[in-house]
Amino acid sequence: MSIPFTHFLVLSTLLFFIGIYGFLTRKNLITMLMSAELILNAVNINFVVFNKYLYPDQLHGHFFTLFIIGIAAAEAAVAIAIIINLYRNFSTMDVEEIDQLKH
Amino acid sequence: MNIESFLIMRHELMLTLAAVLMLIAELSFGKSEKSRIIPLAIFIFGAVTAVGFLPAPTGSLFGGMYQTSALIILMKNILNLGVFIVCLQSASWLKLPVNQDKGSEYFLLMISTLIGMNFMISAGDFLMFYLGLELATIPLTALAAYETYKMKSAESGIKLILSASLSSGITLFGISMIYGTTGSIYFNEVAPLITGDNLQVLGFLFFFTGLAFKISIVPFHLWTADVYEGAPVNITSYLSVVSKAAALFILIILMFTVFNALEVVATKVVYVTAILTMTVGNLFAIRQQNLKRFLAFSSIAQAGFIFLGVIGGPGLGITSVIYFILIYVFSNLGAFGVIAVISGKTGKENIPDYNGLYLTNPKLSLVMMLSLFSLAGIPPVAGFFGKFFLFAAAAQQGYYILVLIAVANAVISLYYYLLVVKAMFINKSEQPIEPIHSDGFARVGMVLCVLGMVVIGFASIIFDYIETLSRQL
Repeated sequence: MSIPFTHFLVLSTLLFFIGIYGFLTRKNLITMLMSAELILNAVNINFVVFNKYLYPDQLHGHFFTLFIIGIAAAEAAVAIAIIINLYRNFSTMDVEEIDQLKH
Repeated sequence: MNIESFLIMRHELMLTLAAVLMLIAELSFGKSEKSRIIPLAIFIFGAVTAVGFLPAPTGSLFGGMYQTSALIILMKNILNLGVFIVCLQSASWLKLPVNQDKGSEYFLLMISTLIGMNFMISAGDFLMFYLGLELATIPLTALAAYETYKMKSAESGIKLILSASLSSGITLFGISMIYGTTGSIYFNEVAPLITGDNLQVLGFLFFFTGLAFKISIVPFHLWTADVYEGAPVNITSYLSVVSKAAALFILIILMFTVFNALEVVATKVVYVTAILTMTVGNLFAIRQQNLKRFLAFSSIAQAGFIFLGVIGGPGLGITSVIYFILIYVFSNLGAFGVIAVISGKTGKENIPDYNGLYLTNPKLSLVMMLSLFSLAGIPPVAGFFGKFFLFAAAAQQGYYILVLIAVANAVISLYYYLLVVKAMFINKSEQPIEPIHSDGFARVGMVLCVLGMVVIGFASIIFDYIETLSRQL
């Protein structure tokens, strides 16, 4: 017996909002980045599930997912490079302490 | 498919060539010759911009993933012009000892983001749109964090990339819903299948939210002021003009093609966000002391005004938006050019520092005054005509209350723009900024801006040209 279609959608929606929640509440930059990745994974699940269950005769969703994974890696690479630079300057990764631009 | 059909994507090919040339220059120029890269890059980019204006074939490529039309080519030319002026303005900043070795990286990153924006505007499906969006965003964050030795620059970079990755995640979630309901990612296949059911509306809202981050529409504007203040001045002007213009272009293209069937929802969303954006942007701009933050909030307010044209529907609406953006490119870059020159020489960026600027630097203060007048919409300069057509587009559709609120906001904006003009021309200062000799590139940039602001307002041929193109969308 296969898993029903809606289960996947509930999972991806939950994952999406966990990502948003984590992004807005976490103070550590790396954790914020991880939350953003959670959002992208929710999107990936959506695409694959829609493709497999609703449009099994084409591959648009799968391709989209592959591209999202690739670009997420590129994004994380640049973000982590900036975080390392930030850590050298501030010696911290806590967003509350990185507040030079707060007035 | 033959070789000639590649000419359809000539803008992107030219830019890619320029990027490759930058890489070769970086490799072949010795340590002592690095400063020669700057004029070379500006020359190459000027050539790319000029070639962009030549007539080009239109059509679609790669099975409909890439499409272009006369209107899209015009948009790309506007972006090219904007980047060209930014490059001119950044020459003196790149010559500073700390940035000396990194000139080619700067131009490489800038050209990469521009390629991304061009692909985004030319996208024929959501995948191409997403790839273009990311190619536009990721190098931009590296540019914002360009001054690695400054804490503020790193902070603005991290703020930009985190908000950008959040926003692209939200956009993608919307796209996935639209894919789920229509079974396609191609714009021309999706458009007839958009019927307005709930999941599609939700998908559109997510999609719109993601783009609203890029355009910094209230309530998604919170990153704007911090990123603009921390980034180097030239990157700030790039962010506030070119990157914003590209996101607006793709927004209007998609709203009037793919999401045309969701007009009722889209109109409501745009109506509310336009009011919020204008009001919040203006009210926060009043209390700013740092000129970069000041222009950040002013650019948020300008985005609100642009939404009046978006709500004005196809035809006059699109025309007025593109016309306004064309003027906005020149006005905002004029203002940022002056700030870049003064900040580069003295490091002063606050409004009180500009007291008595007219006595010591009359030309700079004249350029600044014209730019601020154009942003505020005072008649002799082009900004007035731009705003006029935006208001006319909204009024034509019967949104009189919205136009009334916009006019009230225009008055508020007049107040804070004139505060800066007053500081320059009327206020006295004990220690005014000493006379500054800007370099040749920056001067050319400012002359271009002033010409743009004066000529576009009076040459009705430009407006007519944009109008004929907009009708083809």
